[in-house]
Amino acid sequence: MGIDFIIAAIITVVGLTTPILLAGLGELVVEKSGVLNLGVEGMMLMGAISGFAVTVFTFNPWFGVLGAAAGGALASLLFAVLVLQLNSNQVATGLALTIFGTGLSSLMGLSFTGRIVVPFLSVFPDSLAKHEYLQLIFGYSPIVYFALIMVPLTTWFLKSTRAGLILRAVGENDLSAHSIGYSVIKVRYAAIAFGGAMAGIGGCYFSMVITPMWAEKMTAGRGWIALALVVFAGWRTGRLLAGAYFFGILMALELYAKASGFSFLPSQFWAAMPYAMTVVALSFISSRGTAGANAPACLGKPFLPST
Amino acid sequence: MRIKLEKRREPSLAMLVATPIASVLLTMLIGIVVFDLIGIKGFKAVVDIFLSPLLASYKWQDVALKAAPLVIIALGLSMGNRAQVWNIGAEGQYVIGALCSAGVGIAFGQTGGFFVVLLMIAAGVAGGGLWAAVPAWLRTRFNVNEILSSLMLTYISFQVLGYLVGGPWKDPNGRNFPATAPLADSQTLPVWPDSTVHLGVLIALILPFVFWVIMARSEFGYQVRVVGSSATAARHGGFDSKRTIWATLIIGGAMAGLAGAFEFTGVLHKIDLGFASGYGFTAIIVAFLGRLNPFGCLIAGIVLAVTYVGGQMAQTSVHIPNSTAGIFQAMMLFFILASDILVRYRIRVIPTAKAAGV
Repeated sequence: MGIDFIIAAIITVVGLTTPILLAGLGELVVEKSGVLNLGVEGMMLMGAISGFAVTVFTFNPWFGVLGAAAGGALASLLFAVLVLQLNSNQVATGLALTIFGTGLSSLMGLSFTGRIVVPFLSVFPDSLAKHEYLQLIFGYSPIVYFALIMVPLTTWFLKSTRAGLILRAVGENDLSAHSIGYSVIKVRYAAIAFGGAMAGIGGCYFSMVITPMWAEKMTAGRGWIALALVVFAGWRTGRLLAGAYFFGILMALELYAKASGFSFLPSQFWAAMPYAMTVVALSFISSRGTAGANAPACLGKPFLPST
Repeated sequence: MRIKLEKRREPSLAMLVATPIASVLLTMLIGIVVFDLIGIKGFKAVVDIFLSPLLASYKWQDVALKAAPLVIIALGLSMGNRAQVWNIGAEGQYVIGALCSAGVGIAFGQTGGFFVVLLMIAAGVAGGGLWAAVPAWLRTRFNVNEILSSLMLTYISFQVLGYLVGGPWKDPNGRNFPATAPLADSQTLPVWPDSTVHLGVLIALILPFVFWVIMARSEFGYQVRVVGSSATAARHGGFDSKRTIWATLIIGGAMAGLAGAFEFTGVLHKIDLGFASGYGFTAIIVAFLGRLNPFGCLIAGIVLAVTYVGGQMAQTSVHIPNSTAGIFQAMMLFFILASDILVRYRIRVIPTAKAAGV
C-alpha cells in the first residue's frame, strides 16, 4: 500500500464526510431546540439543486453556496410553519418534507440535467492545492473548511453564548422557557432555518464539488445518515465530528470494497455498517436513560402553552 | 377582533372526514396554479394525475395493484400510530418479507402449488414481523427510539437485498444481472382471469374490515388506543405498554412483509435491486390521509395509487418527471397535517369589546 493510496483514501474520506457533517451539525442544533426534523434528505436535495442553479446563472460558486443555504432554509421553513404554527406531527411533517424536497428538486432540475459547472475546488494556489503531500491540507473545496470551522463555532454557540443557552433551555423545557419570557416559537424557527441552511450546503457539495452536475436523488440517502449521526453522537458536537469521520471511513471502505473486489466481506457489509453501528450506539446511549443520553427532553413534542 | 384556539373535548368527527377531502382538493387546486406559473399546463397535469387513471378503465388494474400494498402496509402502520408507536421502517420490513418469501420459493425449487405459495406468503409475514421485532426489542429493552432504529434497519435491509440478489440468489441464467430467477408459474399468486389483479388485492379489500373489528371491538384495540392517548392512563388501567409496543410493531412489520410477499409472488415474480419502490414510505402518507382509520386507509390508499398511476401517465402526456406525483403526495400530507388542528381545536373569532362610553 503506497503513500499515494493513503493520500487518495484520506481525500475520499474527507469528501464523503463533509456533507453529513454539515447536515448533522444543522440537525443537532434543530434537535437541541427540541424539534425533530426528518426532512434532512429533502432539504439537502433542495440545496443541491438551488446551489447548482445559482452557480449556472451567476458563474460564481460562492453565490451558489449561498443559494444552496437559502434553498435548504426555505424548504425547512415550510416544515417550521406546519410544526410550530399548526402543531402538526413532527415525524410525519418531516417525512413529508423529504418527499416534497425529492419531488420538487427533480422538477426544478429538469432544465439543468446534463449541464456542468466548474467544480468549486480549492482556492489555494496550485503549488499548495496540487502539491503531492500538502494537498492533504490545502486541496479541498472551501465547503470542507467551512464545515470544519462550523464545528467549534457551533460548540461555542451552544455552550458559551446567551442565545445558545436559551436555545438549549427551549429544547429541555419549553414551558419553563416560555414562562420566563423567551419566545419558544421564534427560537425554534431560527434553529430550523439554520438546520435547513446547513443541510442545503451539505447537499450542494454533491452537485457543486463531487460530480459537479445535477442528478435526481443525488444525495442517495445521506440525509438519513446525518440524522443517525446526530443520535450516534449523543447530541454532542465533538462526537459528531468524530462520528462523521467514522461514518466517512465506513463509506470509503464500501467504495473500495466495490472497486477492488477486496473480498473477505461483501461491499454491502460495509455499506450497512454505518446504520448497524448507529443502532448499536443508540442502544448504548439510550439504555442510560434520557439524562445520560443527553437527548433534549422536549425532542419531537409539540409546544402547547396553556395560554 | 382576535382569533382564539379552543381545545375540543372530543375530536370533531365532521373535521376528521372533511379535512382529508379538502386536502386532496386543495392539492389539486394549488397544483393547477403552481404548475401554470412554472410553465407546465397545470390543469392538464392535475387532471392526468388525479383523474385520468379513474376515467380510463384499462388503468383500473394498475390502480388496484398499486393500492393493495399501500392499503395493507398503512393498516399496520396506523395501528402503531394509534399507540404512538412510530414505525417508519415499513419499507425495510416489506423488503425482508419479500426476501423471506423468495427464500422459501428457492428452497422448493420448481415445486409449487397451493401449499408452497401459502408457505411463501407466511414466510413474508413472519420475515416482516421479525424485522420489526428488532426495533420493538430495542425500544422495550434499551429504550431506543423506534423511529431511528426502524429507519436504520430499512437501510440495512437494502444491503441484505443487494447482497442476496447479487450473490447467492443471483439467477444463473440472468446474464450476470443482479436479480433472482423468475418464479415458476406454480409458485405465483393466483390472478383474476384475463387480468393482472392478484389475490392480494382481494385481501387488501378484506383486511380493513378485520382491522376495524380489532380496533373498534376488541380489548386489544381498546388497549392500543388507551396506551396511545396517555402512558399514565394505560398504567392506571393495568395495561402493559411494552406489550402494546411489541404487538403493534410486529403487526406493522407483518403487514409490510405480507405486502412484500404479495408484490413478489403476485406482480414482479422476481426480486432485483429496484424492488424497494417506496410503498413503505408512501404508506405513512396513506395512514395519515386515512386518519388512522382502517376504511380511511382503504380510500386513501386508492387515492395515492391513482396519483402513482397518474404520475406515470402525465410523464408521457405533459412531459413532467415521475417525481411530480411525489410533490402532490407530499402536498396532500402537508395539508392533512396542517388541518389536524381543526380536528382538535375549535377556532373562535372573538370580537374586540367596544370600549364603553365612547
